[in-house]
Amino acid sequence: MKSEKAVQVIIGGEAGQGLATVGRLLSLILVRLGYRIVVTQSYMSRIRGGHNTFAIRVSPGEIAAPVEPIDVLVALTPETVDLHRGDLTEDGLIVGDASFVEKRKGCAAVPFGEIAREQHVNTAAVGLLCSVLGIGLDMAEALVDETFKKKNEQVIEENLAALRGGYEWAEQREEIHRPLPAPRRREKRLMMSGNEAIALGALSAGVRLCAFYPMTPSTSIPLTLISAAGEAGVVVEQAEDEIAAINMAIGASYAGAPAMVATSGGGFALMIEGVSLAAMTETPVVVVVAQRPGPATGLPTRTEQADLEMVLYAGHGEFPRAIFAPGDVEECFYLARQAFETAEHYQGPVFVLTDQFLADSARAVKPFPVEELEQVRPGADPDSVKTPYRRYEITGDGISPRLLPGASDHLVVAGSDEHTEDGHLTEDLGARLRLADKRLRKGLGLSRETIAPSYAGDAEPEVLLVCWGSVKGAALEAAGRLRDSGTAAAVLHFSQVWPLDPGRFLDRLRGPARVIAVEGNATGQLARLIHRESGFEIPERIHRYDGLPITPGYILRSMEG
Amino acid sequence: MATIEEFGEYETAWCPGCGNFALLEGLKQGLAASGRRPRDLLFVSGIGQAAKAPHYLNANVFNGLHGRALPAATGAKLADPRLTVIVESGDGCCYGEGGNHFLAAIRRNVDLTMIVHDNMIYGLTKGQASPTSQRGHVTKAQPGGAAAERFDPVSAAIALGAGFVARAFVGDTEHLAQMVAEAIAYRGFSLVDVFQPCVSFNRVNTFAWYKKRCYRLPAEYDPSDREAALRRAGEWGDRIPIGVLCRADRPVFEDSIPALSAGPLAGREVDRKKLSQFQRRFG
Repeated sequence: MKSEKAVQVIIGGEAGQGLATVGRLLSLILVRLGYRIVVTQSYMSRIRGGHNTFAIRVSPGEIAAPVEPIDVLVALTPETVDLHRGDLTEDGLIVGDASFVEKRKGCAAVPFGEIAREQHVNTAAVGLLCSVLGIGLDMAEALVDETFKKKNEQVIEENLAALRGGYEWAEQREEIHRPLPAPRRREKRLMMSGNEAIALGALSAGVRLCAFYPMTPSTSIPLTLISAAGEAGVVVEQAEDEIAAINMAIGASYAGAPAMVATSGGGFALMIEGVSLAAMTETPVVVVVAQRPGPATGLPTRTEQADLEMVLYAGHGEFPRAIFAPGDVEECFYLARQAFETAEHYQGPVFVLTDQFLADSARAVKPFPVEELEQVRPGADPDSVKTPYRRYEITGDGISPRLLPGASDHLVVAGSDEHTEDGHLTEDLGARLRLADKRLRKGLGLSRETIAPSYAGDAEPEVLLVCWGSVKGAALEAAGRLRDSGTAAAVLHFSQVWPLDPGRFLDRLRGPARVIAVEGNATGQLARLIHRESGFEIPERIHRYDGLPITPGYILRSMEG
Repeated sequence: MATIEEFGEYETAWCPGCGNFALLEGLKQGLAASGRRPRDLLFVSGIGQAAKAPHYLNANVFNGLHGRALPAATGAKLADPRLTVIVESGDGCCYGEGGNHFLAAIRRNVDLTMIVHDNMIYGLTKGQASPTSQRGHVTKAQPGGAAAERFDPVSAAIALGAGFVARAFVGDTEHLAQMVAEAIAYRGFSLVDVFQPCVSFNRVNTFAWYKKRCYRLPAEYDPSDREAALRRAGEWGDRIPIGVLCRADRPVFEDSIPALSAGPLAGREVDRKKLSQFQRRFG
């Protein structure tokens, strides 16, 4: 994956200054023009003040990784310049108000006060960036029109004037132009973040109830569902706590509504008894865990991949589960769908493990074929079951006929105590063994169906980067750069981290001279799991746990040691 | 309409003489009177001796976690509002472990009925104080007597604005059955707190203790007067009222959720055209 033609624009400022508005508007303009983007949002856990950034990496070709170098730094405060000056590329440009940006080479000291009224400065900045990036103003004008059409004509006119003011100011100054290469071709793309894609995938799978307690960085999943809830027929309920949320989802699922919860580490900790309940009652439930650094409250708005082991071992007792770990926005969509299908088929808890970086990272994605994709259909046909109906009938694959309560004269008894096949509680230890074995047999099917890690790169690499979840893009680009510099390299990416089937990846690990696990945590949780499951100990490790996403540069620097 | 027999007879795990037997009997009578068939009913329970009761009935059952019956019941009711959903569990489960859900369920006002086996003690774990144990109640775990004040569920429910709050006593089965039937008929969250003796672990609040104190609310009692209801619910000591303490119409949660206007969530088809339109918003 080449990156020469990519440019990074970073907008920095205090929370509450509207930098995300500028960032989203510019991102959408770029996506509509046919560019690819990788957005990285870095924010502090506060509503006002502090220092936040909205980074847009843009390229005519495919990109998937966040990077550090900055080509255009848009500073809404002097602090932005101080904090990020060091990351500017040789030809980098600082854009900021003339009150704090010097008039010298590499700087655009903009008299925003002369160009626009205070409330329209952000719009003026968008216009200015359209000129700096050489992308014209048509798309920006169309978007301003759309954005403000619910308001009045005057608001539209004022914003258009500010937009043009910024654009024209920059047009006259060739020295600040950093034109993007033309997009290759205009095909329809959408701007979507990882969390938005998870929500869309859930809707496409037929989610009917999402219960949640607000927790960064998961909250945008229920919020996206809420924005569709009326038309999509989904109940999204803010529960009194995470314990209520997962029990509500399980209750809904038992009664036939495909259900999910979305949370982060601390909230998930509260849900764990519920995970065990879903397993024992054999009730489908999709649990999205958007990771952030812990322990405890940790760094609430930053990113990390340190909850793999927590999700893997969550819940008392022994039971099968599946854990998906999407590597990009497309995988967020498809694995969210897959999670619902797997949960329904295997009747138990299924996890989607994402993180703050991917949750908030907008990309240009092809529209998903939502009109062609099938939904899950909970429950078996009541006419197909034997009488008397036994909810937990012993079967070869461990999957028992799940009927929905009220749908027929068959009574559906689900129990959290150990139970007999009819669902009623028992202390018959023979029944215990039969039912425990039945539940565990579902794990064999889950193992058989597990998604093999994807492999990309040279067939006989010197360097193999092993990663999971959101590190995918950075690893692919790092491998690409290694190849460019003459080192055969490849990436083994796990989008499903449980169950693992070593038969599908062990050979890949055995060949390369350097096998390096790249993980957004301090201790190498996937590497440890691979070792346990396959016996292969990955000799080199790259870890990042400072709250920032892993970048290609971070990987390459770490490799040099 | 189902008969009492249709709700079945099962062997139980309860102590001989347990108040649960009479409660189950009164419950079945109330169910029969409510006109619901076993297939229309979903019992959701937590953990404890009381929470086993739904296993001794013919009905759909979701026997969940200790304290978590209410949220599971809420989810099930939202998924399929055609089900008559009854939460049945003990005082520890409903008011202790599940206290937050009790508050939230009253505020939410989903159409659920909550029947609490209130024996003022933890039975399954062999006799520790429960939230409804009286201050000073001596147990092995509270040898100096329970130091915390008794939680008064009916007063709390009335104070929180619950629309249907009733109390019953297993020594008056006919009245209990009536409370159950009325609670089921009420649309919205309904609470029936049922006094029952624990013959093994509560030597204070015995059958005779309740029998001596419980009296039916007089016919002229007006449950729509919330302030009067609070005063009456607070009556404790020599005389304790049983009956519908408080009754009022309240907006029902389900009616305010647009997604539920098209019928049950269960079995609904994805409107792919609408989903495609929704997706276009990201363009």
